[in-house]
Amino acid sequence: MHPALQALFVIVVGVGGCVTYFYASNLLLDKVLFPASGPNAGRNTNRANMIRPWLFLFPALFLLSLYLAYPVFATAWLSLFAKNGDFVGLGNYTRMFGEPKFGESLANNILWLIVVPAAATAFGLLAAQLTDRIKWGNFAKSLIFMPMAISFVGASVIFKLIYDSREADLSQIGLINAVWLKFDGGVGSFLMLRLVPFLLIGCLLLAITWAGWSVLRPLLRGQGDGLLVKAARILGALVAAFLAFELGIWLYGIATNDLPFGQPQVWLQKPYWNNFFLMAVLVWIQTGFAMVILSAALRGVPEDTIEAATIDGANPFQIFFKIKVPQIMGTIIVVWTTITITVLKVFDIVLAMTNGQWETQVLANYMYDKLFRALDWGMGSASAMIIMLLVTPILIWNVVNARKEMR
Amino acid sequence: MADLVLKNVEKAYGEVKVLKDINLDIKTGELIVFVGPSGCGKSTLLRMIAGLERITGGDFSIDGVRMNDVPPAQRGIAMVFQSYALYPHMTVRDNMAFALKIAKKSAAEIQAAVDKAARILQLTPYLDRLPKALSGGQRQRVAIGRSIVRDPKVYLFDEPLSNLDAALRVATRIEIAQLKEAMPNSTMVYVTHDQVEAMTLASRIVVLAGGGISQVGSPLELYERPENEFVAQFIGSPSMNLLAGEVVETGATTVVRLENGGLARTHVPTQSADKGLKVKIGVRPEDFTETDGDAIHAGEVEITEALGEVTLLYFQKTADGAQIVAKLPGIRPELRRQTVKLTANPKKVHLFANGKSLLYR
Repeated sequence: MHPALQALFVIVVGVGGCVTYFYASNLLLDKVLFPASGPNAGRNTNRANMIRPWLFLFPALFLLSLYLAYPVFATAWLSLFAKNGDFVGLGNYTRMFGEPKFGESLANNILWLIVVPAAATAFGLLAAQLTDRIKWGNFAKSLIFMPMAISFVGASVIFKLIYDSREADLSQIGLINAVWLKFDGGVGSFLMLRLVPFLLIGCLLLAITWAGWSVLRPLLRGQGDGLLVKAARILGALVAAFLAFELGIWLYGIATNDLPFGQPQVWLQKPYWNNFFLMAVLVWIQTGFAMVILSAALRGVPEDTIEAATIDGANPFQIFFKIKVPQIMGTIIVVWTTITITVLKVFDIVLAMTNGQWETQVLANYMYDKLFRALDWGMGSASAMIIMLLVTPILIWNVVNARKEMR
Repeated sequence: MADLVLKNVEKAYGEVKVLKDINLDIKTGELIVFVGPSGCGKSTLLRMIAGLERITGGDFSIDGVRMNDVPPAQRGIAMVFQSYALYPHMTVRDNMAFALKIAKKSAAEIQAAVDKAARILQLTPYLDRLPKALSGGQRQRVAIGRSIVRDPKVYLFDEPLSNLDAALRVATRIEIAQLKEAMPNSTMVYVTHDQVEAMTLASRIVVLAGGGISQVGSPLELYERPENEFVAQFIGSPSMNLLAGEVVETGATTVVRLENGGLARTHVPTQSADKGLKVKIGVRPEDFTETDGDAIHAGEVEITEALGEVTLLYFQKTADGAQIVAKLPGIRPELRRQTVKLTANPKKVHLFANGKSLLYR
């Protein structure tokens, strides 16, 4: 049979099957098991109504347990066995923690985790706010949203071309190198490669320091928060301090680096920095998602609170940060955590662009390596468990926040 | 101290002028109420004073300073919104302190201002609550408190009571009246569609209709000497009855022969040239009295509504489709299906020609 016909057949059978299941099971419940007639009509109706939700939920519950719950336990079980089938207990985990490539993956994942959700949410919020009141805002939005329709692998291919590198005497097809070769160390280069980045990064450094300080300040003042909030404050401040430190190193580098002008660079083979070139792909894709959700949330901010703030003397920045953002904080957190989960699972981008070489390995690709290249089911399962452990708390938080939003 | 002057102010959306030729002089200490049917532009006019809507023509000034292009925060105004417009993520204290924080006032100053406003409005116990934990009336008081702390020259109220239930509305109305008493030097502009609020609160009422000002005057001026049919019918409830007729006698007392066959006398003076003029007389339902002599209106009562203190009589519709309503003192449900003859004191009978009152020419 032609594949298209097959697909059509599957759709018809699948959808038809669902409809038939719900219709027939409902009919069975109402007409045969507990008919709403005869002497027990009232009691039967109540019973039928108690059973009905379970009846309708059954397919979902069954399939989820078969394809999600069971594999979790099976993976946990598999992670206790060595490649040759011997039971090794937690041996796989200890071996894994000893491997430098695993440490690299974990560190890279943490870097991804900090940078990508923050950048995508920030850009999304910025795009949502800037496109809100202009005539061609919707057009701009659809442009920004478009990468969402591209698969991660497709986007990786696009960016691989952007980062592409040729010999210096050939014409560069990679956008970045083409631009890079225009710089010659003159005034323009100083402006674009030292001054502007220095100022931008400097502002970012200040912003992060300020954010970290305002997260920590209530703790120093002795504000009576719960233990969890206190822990979150310390964690937030630590992350901010780490970022500020990193950015400080960047600033130093921007100011002092001797740049190799005139030589095309192989961007993806520059350790540390290539991580950011990979992250750019995901940020590019996820910004659209963040923008759409946050744009809807911004529209939901009551207009009169904004007008009241205008009369109270707030300028546009104050209105944005003190009136609008706090009111959509719940949505921002949901967007942030949703992107965080996507980031924890990031795999395709790394596989397609570097396959974890040049110190770009991440956990999911590490797992794939162990599972399907080394065919070491034990190690692969163990790394899968680590990913799950990392995702679970964020997922729970996400669900809690999403529910709070819906209320 | 704040005198507001509006001179030929207009508002246009593209070609459509929703407000035009608004001329208004508001003196310090007045409480001006804008009333009018929905869509008459009363809220728009208030928002233009606030600076939330651009003034597309004419001049608006406060204390002689032209305000057309001055941003809202620098106009020395504060506004209370219909929906309260409280910042949902801030406590009552932060809501009230927001404007002062923006203005970079010292912490002690802010504390003092907020505490004072909270005391006036009895909000002290709620200062650390979020707006969602307050009742409607309390929220409205927070919104008022947010205005008070800024100590503005002009207070603007945009239908502040319309989201409250009936009992609370009366209570809050009285609070606003007391607030006004306590601040004799502040000017207030108040928008409402509720006549009772307008009549009870206003030093002067501005009736807006059809994109312009219909009449400005004290509540009783508007009630007793309406300038035109619109104001006559808009103020007072049930609204004034209008009956068409022709002037038959002129002088200090004018006599009008009505189309329904009735005869009406009014103390609105006319000149001899007015004889034969097509006019409408206006009689408020509460000014009708029963009579055996010359009647302004005689007809069968279709429905009675006994309210205890008064009884409303709804007569059968006249030939031109007008519904005559009378309000008689006492409980009179027995008048249903009876023929009743009504007249009125000539002092209380209004006279209109071409929609305008003949008192004002």
